[in-house]
Amino acid sequence: MSDDNLKTTPLNAAHIAAGARMVPFAGYSMPVQYKDGVMKEHLWTRENAGLFDVSHMGQARLRGVSPLSAFEEVTPGDFIGLKPGKQRYSILLNKKGGIIDDLMAARPDDDGLFVVVNGACKDNDFKIIDDELAGQVRIDRLEDRALLALQGPKAAAVLADHAPEAATMVFMDARSITAFGADAIISRTGYTGEDGYEISIPASEAERVWNTLLADDRVKPIGLGARDSLRLEAGLPLYGHDVDETVSPVEADLAFAVSKKRREARDFPGAARISKELAEGVSRKRVGLTVLEGAPAREGAEIADEAGNVVGVITSGGFSPSLGKPIAMGFVPPALAVAGTKLKVIVRGKPQSAEVTAMPFVPHRYVRKL
Amino acid sequence: MRFTKDHEWVTLEGDVATVGITAYAAEQLGDVVFVEVPEAGKAVKTGDNLAVVESVKAASDIYAPVSGEVIEGNAGLGDAPETVNDQPEKAGWFAKIKIADQAEYEALMDRAAYEDFLQSL
Repeated sequence: MSDDNLKTTPLNAAHIAAGARMVPFAGYSMPVQYKDGVMKEHLWTRENAGLFDVSHMGQARLRGVSPLSAFEEVTPGDFIGLKPGKQRYSILLNKKGGIIDDLMAARPDDDGLFVVVNGACKDNDFKIIDDELAGQVRIDRLEDRALLALQGPKAAAVLADHAPEAATMVFMDARSITAFGADAIISRTGYTGEDGYEISIPASEAERVWNTLLADDRVKPIGLGARDSLRLEAGLPLYGHDVDETVSPVEADLAFAVSKKRREARDFPGAARISKELAEGVSRKRVGLTVLEGAPAREGAEIADEAGNVVGVITSGGFSPSLGKPIAMGFVPPALAVAGTKLKVIVRGKPQSAEVTAMPFVPHRYVRKL
Repeated sequence: MRFTKDHEWVTLEGDVATVGITAYAAEQLGDVVFVEVPEAGKAVKTGDNLAVVESVKAASDIYAPVSGEVIEGNAGLGDAPETVNDQPEKAGWFAKIKIADQAEYEALMDRAAYEDFLQSL
């Protein structure tokens, strides 16, 4: 299967050689799974180390005069307070307080702000940032870099063999270092709930680094299918599904991304709505659901209360390989968002029992101190 | 055993057709985590939704390869959906259908034709 309109990552040939099933994703031909399949790849990552190609994601440098303070004009984060060597999760907000995208922004070195955004959103994101901040700073896209994620309890030991300095980093540290003989930007983060790293390297080095990591018995390649089930178990929202331009960070249970300093200053896009929601509450909230019987409840399935009234909708859901049962995320009124609340999910017309469950479904295992 | 282009298999004993998915289909789906089978008494026409099979990632519809009345869904798949992967062309069957017209069965591909079809994919 090929589609001439799809872009490929620098690792395309390596995926095909490894027996990947390639699918269109965010405008790229991407591996949804390799030979082992989603279930085994998921469990491998939870027990060992999984290697992901996430080169479709948008990497850029925000450069110019005071990029940290400039970035605060489009996000609700405290970037002026972001220390060298640290990374922060944030969100790009529209003027109505809706989420244009979620992202990571870091200071791995003295070269402005290193920003990583979702692949499907990157063209729009970078244009908005460029337009909004024109005259102060500019976005320099790093199209010549690949991005790998190495995730799982053995990721740190594996990477230490190639980049000893990485072992001295903790969760949300980011550093520009030489690794694998290449100029790398390494952050101790990821999208699985496990300890692990994201590794930005020149595209020309990508296949060599990929193969070097896969030569380690503790590492297997993991496709986007397992990436999705891993992030779902970790309670992490997926842009375009769980959050979009209509959803505020308060509704999305991402209010932690609205920093204390900025809440007081009310100086971010959509501050009127978001401040009101923080003070007075919201009409819908993102929650986790465990499906107690029947089929997995997937995106678009309705959520009903015990009396059968529709109260919300599932925004992503599937089968949890680690827990052996279906789990989901969706939006419900705050009164029903309390862990333990019994609800119904409607799958193919049939109501099935479900229960609001605190997220993450599977505990995070971030290394916050050494 | 006969086959469809949707990768279902059908066997016929008397006027009772047993329906499942082929080993190829099971491999393509990946690990099956849930199967919804039809209840006895459901009338189906060729191409109607007969069952739903779910992997970690997605739900896939299984279509009735022949018309008739469902006389049994495979209840064993409720507790052991992985049977579809382990024994797709045996214990992993989905439903038994009392068929209305045997010619519908005869018109399906035999194994040689199905193997040729797989080669063409």
